[in-house]
Amino acid sequence: MKTLADLKKIREKAQEEMKLRGSSVRIKIVVGMGTSGIAMGAREVMKTFLEEISNRNLTDVLVTQTGEKGLSSLEPVVDLIEEGKPKVTYGNMTPDKVRKVVVEHIVNGRIVSDYVVATGN
Amino acid sequence: MSLKRIDLLICCGSGCISAGALKIKERFHAVLSEKGLTNEINIIETGCMGPCDYGPVMVIYPEGIFYKKVTPEDVEEIVTEHFMKGRPVQRLMLQDEDKTIAAHKEVPFYQKQVKVALANCGFIDPESLEEYIATGGYEALGTALTQMTPQQAIDVVKESGLRGRGGGGFPTHMKWKMVHDRKEDQKYVICNGDEGDPGAFMDRSLLEGDPHRILEGMMLCAYSIGASQGFFYIRAEYPLAIKRIKQAIEQAREVGLMGKNIFGTDFCFEAEVRTGAGAFVCGEEMALIHSIEGERGNPTPKPPYPAVSGLWGKPTVVNNVETLANLPTIFVKGAKWFSSMGTETSKGTKVFALTGDIKNTGLVEVPMGITLREMIFDVGGGMIGGRDFKAVQLGGPSGGCLTAEHLDVPVDYETLKARGAMMGSGGVIVMDDQKCMVNVAKFFMDFCVDESCGKCPPCRIGLKQMYNILDRITKGEGREGDIEELQRLGETVSKISLCGLGQTAPNPVLSTIRYFRNEYEAHIKDKACHTKVCPDLFHFKIDKSRCIGCSLCSRKCPVNCISGSREDKYTIGQVDCVKCGNCQDVCPVKAIDRIPGVHSDVSAHKEEMLKQKARED
Repeated sequence: MKTLADLKKIREKAQEEMKLRGSSVRIKIVVGMGTSGIAMGAREVMKTFLEEISNRNLTDVLVTQTGEKGLSSLEPVVDLIEEGKPKVTYGNMTPDKVRKVVVEHIVNGRIVSDYVVATGN
Repeated sequence: MSLKRIDLLICCGSGCISAGALKIKERFHAVLSEKGLTNEINIIETGCMGPCDYGPVMVIYPEGIFYKKVTPEDVEEIVTEHFMKGRPVQRLMLQDEDKTIAAHKEVPFYQKQVKVALANCGFIDPESLEEYIATGGYEALGTALTQMTPQQAIDVVKESGLRGRGGGGFPTHMKWKMVHDRKEDQKYVICNGDEGDPGAFMDRSLLEGDPHRILEGMMLCAYSIGASQGFFYIRAEYPLAIKRIKQAIEQAREVGLMGKNIFGTDFCFEAEVRTGAGAFVCGEEMALIHSIEGERGNPTPKPPYPAVSGLWGKPTVVNNVETLANLPTIFVKGAKWFSSMGTETSKGTKVFALTGDIKNTGLVEVPMGITLREMIFDVGGGMIGGRDFKAVQLGGPSGGCLTAEHLDVPVDYETLKARGAMMGSGGVIVMDDQKCMVNVAKFFMDFCVDESCGKCPPCRIGLKQMYNILDRITKGEGREGDIEELQRLGETVSKISLCGLGQTAPNPVLSTIRYFRNEYEAHIKDKACHTKVCPDLFHFKIDKSRCIGCSLCSRKCPVNCISGSREDKYTIGQVDCVKCGNCQDVCPVKAIDRIPGVHSDVSAHKEEMLKQKARED
């Protein structure tokens, strides 16, 4: 390390690793991980989100989880929460659908209405 | 980029480690690999988070949930419920009255705190250089080296108003300027990590929790004064702090933040760790310097000050750990930001180790000028069991006691000094109404007698005499005039001792006489310890109206001095009683009380013994 620019490079990379502890999050993905969600494959869904986000180097997206949401027949259920916009809930998710949601909704900002089961709070 | 979705921060400060944090960490590793979650969850060991009383504590991000008093048995539940199903475990959260507090940042303990020196403690992995850099680390150094002259750097410190956090409160920029102005080929900077006050652990937590910050602070000082070599003097009782600092030095060297031509400038710097061997006096800067030189750790007269002739006769700056820890933030956020906190004469924040009879013991950082009441009752959560506040001891063996009437006094260097206490390094011992102030003074005097290096007679002999008088008073042999003698000795020792140890050692005695003279008088004249602490000045008594004659006390008495029967109830033979307190502990109906004062049987017996001795002579 010889210059402030070098230091900045290290800092940006390290901040990336610590983003869970920070607050610069654009989109929060909340996967319903109740008993029925897990039984319907919510873990696979969450893993796919994590992989896709990692592969695409999306630094401002956070994956977290919640418990049972009551929509058992539509599990696995996933909420996408974006600052200043109504919440979007996707149901009957699968790893393939996740990939599409990541590309369309998270990257390009277009809601995948085919999978949406509810919007708003 | 990682796939991690949860950061699990386990506090691994020494307090939590001794409460079992490492076992919990191992258990997490085991359970996570069992459940195949290792790739999703980051386990990070951090430095002290502060609320040591709740230890072991942890914070889980992204939600920022705070768990307290976690045991290895709780780990499985945290993993299956919280990590897998997203349902945080309620019963491990902090309960405040009838409210459950989930979020780390909402814990009342943190509300009045402002973290500058401790900013990263409990938030980053202290063994990771990258995490320190992520929080803005080494930016201050890089900026200072490439964009400031040493004089400009000193001016920043001057404008910030930073004063030494080791206790004395000497303006930091003045020390630096003196060394900066010396024309010498070699200068040194020393970090004083020889923290020895009973109950103080600020420096340890900083060194353990954020070692790179101290290192960066040291380099900022080195650049400003023109030093190329630094020493960390850390006591051997802090093995983890020593390990972490050594590791930080290695990491910095690997990436070129230490060594030759740092940040491509002419600035070259090397640092080493020297361990102290446990002598309290080595926290005194001259003694410390001699100890590093390999000499006996004794103080020598000042002047010459270390700034003129320090380590190996070269100009040297000795700064406390916390002083150095403030520097990187001062340079990044600016001197104005720092000086906006605090009072007229004392700027910024101060780290305190809160201990004693309060609910939230632990490590706190508060703005200067906060009142003792806010610190003890708001941050500290008030007294345990709702007892009455009696006194607070600030500054350890060099400091003094303040009372309830001082609770609204703002904490700064001058105000505390004017009232007979001192800022000291930051040890705060809070005492409730069950503490005997004479006994407290005796405890600190005992400590100073032990730790006196013996070089100068006032400290070596004077303190011992003061201890003897205190010892007599607590044993019921106090005499008329003892208080005045203590004051006379104390003032003399303060005036003519060679170093800070002797000059300040009488403070606890003098301040307790100043504010609790009635307790000294009760000990001497009435032969009574009203707090029932000094064993020779109270006695146990069985209340016959409450006694059920179960004989348990009699059977548990180690000296068989309790006699009686179910009908007559039991009585303590006062002359033989050794005041062990067993009877009081075992009594099922709490019929045994401590009564202040010597029992008439005992005083009569003593008199008889004296007469007998006189006859024999």
